[in-house]
Order: sequence, then structure tokens, then C-alpha cells
Amino acid sequence: MNFIQFFLAHRTEILQASMEHLWLVFISMLLAIVAGVPLGIAITRKPWLSKPILGSANVAETIPSLALFGFLLPVPWLGARADRLAIVALAMYALLPIIRNTVAGIQGIDPTVRDAARAMGMTGRQILFRVELPLSLPVLLAGIRVATVWTVGIATIAAAIGAGGLGEFIFRGLAMVDNRVILEGAIPAAIMALAADVGIGMLERRLRHPR
Amino acid sequence: MNAAEETEFCIEFRGTEFRIAERAILKSFSLAVRRGETLVLLGRSGSGKTTALKLVNRLLEPSAGEVRVEGRSTLEWDPIRLRRGIGYVIQEAGLFPHFTVARNIALVPQLENWRQERTGARVEELLCIVGLDPAQFAGRYPHQLSGGQRQRVGVARALAADPPILLMDEPFGALDALTRAEIQHEFLDLQQRLRKTIVFVTHDVREALLVGTRIALLAAGALVGIYSPQQFLCATEPMAAAYVAAVREDVMRQPSAKRGAP
Repeated sequence: MNFIQFFLAHRTEILQASMEHLWLVFISMLLAIVAGVPLGIAITRKPWLSKPILGSANVAETIPSLALFGFLLPVPWLGARADRLAIVALAMYALLPIIRNTVAGIQGIDPTVRDAARAMGMTGRQILFRVELPLSLPVLLAGIRVATVWTVGIATIAAAIGAGGLGEFIFRGLAMVDNRVILEGAIPAAIMALAADVGIGMLERRLRHPR
Repeated sequence: MNAAEETEFCIEFRGTEFRIAERAILKSFSLAVRRGETLVLLGRSGSGKTTALKLVNRLLEPSAGEVRVEGRSTLEWDPIRLRRGIGYVIQEAGLFPHFTVARNIALVPQLENWRQERTGARVEELLCIVGLDPAQFAGRYPHQLSGGQRQRVGVARALAADPPILLMDEPFGALDALTRAEIQHEFLDLQQRLRKTIVFVTHDVREALLVGTRIALLAAGALVGIYSPQQFLCATEPMAAAYVAAVREDVMRQPSAKRGAP
């Protein structure tokens, strides 16, 4: 039985795992954005927050993913369900590039533009929502793009704690010493990562404002 | 007499100081700007002229002394109200790159919740005032404009809500010589009609002599003197004289054929 046939024979299973995978990635990215963007904004307002916030995000980044899943297992509410735990761990990984790019995007705005906005009598909130966030959006999206590609990859490891997703095939294939099974997980994951990269990249280019 | 003075002076620096980490950027600065005049702050870079300007709309706050606008200290003003009543034009215009020309100009009217038709009409009027065809320019983005056009939009934006005071920080500094001369003269015509109170920062003596009704000379954060353009040309104060000498020298260095004519 060649690989194509093998793949087709398992297509419903692969599709279901892909949907689980997509769900894991989507929810963790949502969580990371909702937490990361405000943290990034906070750093631009209070520079002394930079060290503690970026420092902790950096530390989270250095923990090997399998170990992080293990560490979170005994946490009361989190450890109760594998997907819950996986989502939080994945969001922790995605946090750093999102915070960093939020900060870089806002700090990269031409200071005369911010001066002008203040001098026009815009309030802090108006400057944030009408000037700073729109102008930093392309840089922020670049961070989200990098984080999404990582998350698609790391999410395969979530299968180790039973959170499902495409990693199931990879672990099963490893156990069975069957490369075809591994590829059933690896190929859709690679396609997903590429699609995220290209898709968000296109959005980024459309939003970039020429100066 | 005091009350009369309050209304004559639109902006007043009273012993104003501004320090950053003990370094004095502006020291015991006192100066009054009359209603409807164009007061030029002339000086080298680092002389404190931009700092003085930013103290007026409270982008900066004085470390000591005060700045009074319409008879009230800037610290007593609500900064948002204060700034919406003061137009601000800066070098390179500081236009919002993600807004069209029309949205840039409409910014303050929108913040002030003007009705849409009124804002639209005002934008068209202003584009005409600064010499840009509304049909052609309203929908463009700043990067699609030349330097001179951007500067014109910057002036239009500052005038949008018809503020009585304009602050201009080297507004024409980044333009080529021809465009600058053109826009300087347009500016003079405009000021003849509008009679705004203007504080104009520049390091260019010619520009100062051309646009200023009075010239305040600054050096190292202190006021050297205040002159009318005529007084400035024959000032004996060494620094003012040096400025004038530099201009004279430029003119004298022109080809001898021109100089030779009696």
C-alpha cells in the first residue's frame, strides 16, 4: 500500500486531528494576543515594567515544551483537562514575540507624529487607538505571525499529555516505528504553519503604510 | 493698567525655567507675545527655542516660573482644551501617515464633534486657503505629496478649528529654497488676512526678518534681546550683529559683476 492510499484511508481521522490542532492553536493565540498586547502597551507607558514582563516571558520561552506541560500538570484547575493545560502552555510560548513586537511597533512610530497627536489635543486613549495601534499594526502582525508558526509546531507536542491534535499521529508513528504514520501528522502540521505564515504575511503587507 | 495688559498679551513667559536632570534648557525666560503679532524665536539648535514653544501648549511643563496663555497659567488649563485652541505646525509636518489629507485636516474638528457637513466644508475651504485643489488632494495620503504640499496640509490642519494662536516649529526648514520662498510669501499673505497670534521658531535669519513682526534672539537657553526686524539689522549686540553680518556677507559674495554696478 503506497503512502497516498494510506493517507486517504485515514483521511477522516487526519481531518479530525487537524481541526483539534487548529482549535488548540487558535484559542492559545487568542489568549496570547489578549494578554500580550496590553502588556506590551503597558511597557511603552511605564518603561520600568519592561524588565519584569519581558524577563518572565523570556524565562517561559526557555523552558522546554515537554517540561512545561509537565510542570503545569499539578496546577489545580489547569491539570484537570489536557486541552486546557495545553492551551495555557502554548499561550505562554506565544506571549514573548507578541509583547516584544507590540513594544517595537509603538516605539517605532515617528516621534513627531506622536508629538503632533498630543499637540492637537488628543487624549491618551485617542492617541493609542487612533494613532499608535493602527500605525504599529504591521509590526504587531509580524509578531503574531512568528508566534502562530511556532505554536502550530509546538502544539504537536501537546499530544504527549493527551491534548489531541496532529501530534497524536507523530507519537503513534514513533511508537510503531512507522514513518507513514508520522507523516500523517507532520505534513498537515507543516501545511498549517506555511498557510499561517503566508496568510498573515499577506495581511501584514496590505496594512503596511508607506512613508 | 494691569487688566489692559492682560488682554494685550496673548502668551506670556514669566521667569520660566525648564530643566532636565538639573541641566537648564531654558533659564529665567520672560517674554510677552502680543495679540496678532508674529513673534520669531531665533537661535541655534540647542538654544531652547523649541522647548519654549512646547511650554506654550503644555507638551512640556515649566520647572519654575510660569507660562500664561490668555492670562491663565498653562498648569491651570485643562491640557486638552488648551491644545485644541492652539494650532501646531512642525518641520516635516508630522502628518498622520495612515490618514488621508482630508482626515488629517479634519482631526481637531472631529475631536470637537463637529457635524460632518461642517467639517467637510471646512476641509475644502482650508485646502483652498493653502492653495491645494480639494478635488485633487483631499483623498491622497501624506506619502503621495511633495514636501511643500505636506507642509501646506500641516498648516491647514493647524488652522482647522480656527485657533487664535499658532505655534510653528521650523515649519519650512525641510523645504528646498524655491519652495520655501514661495510658501513663506503665501504664509505672509495668509497672516495678513487671518491675524493669528503666532510664535515662529527658526534658525534662519532671513526667514526671521521676513516673517517676524518682532524677533526674540535666544542663546544657550536665555533671551539675548527682542528686536523689530529694523532694529535687528542695526543691532550692536554681538550675537545679533554676527547674524546680520553673516547675511550681508552672503549677499556681498555674489559675482563681482553684480556688485560692481553703482
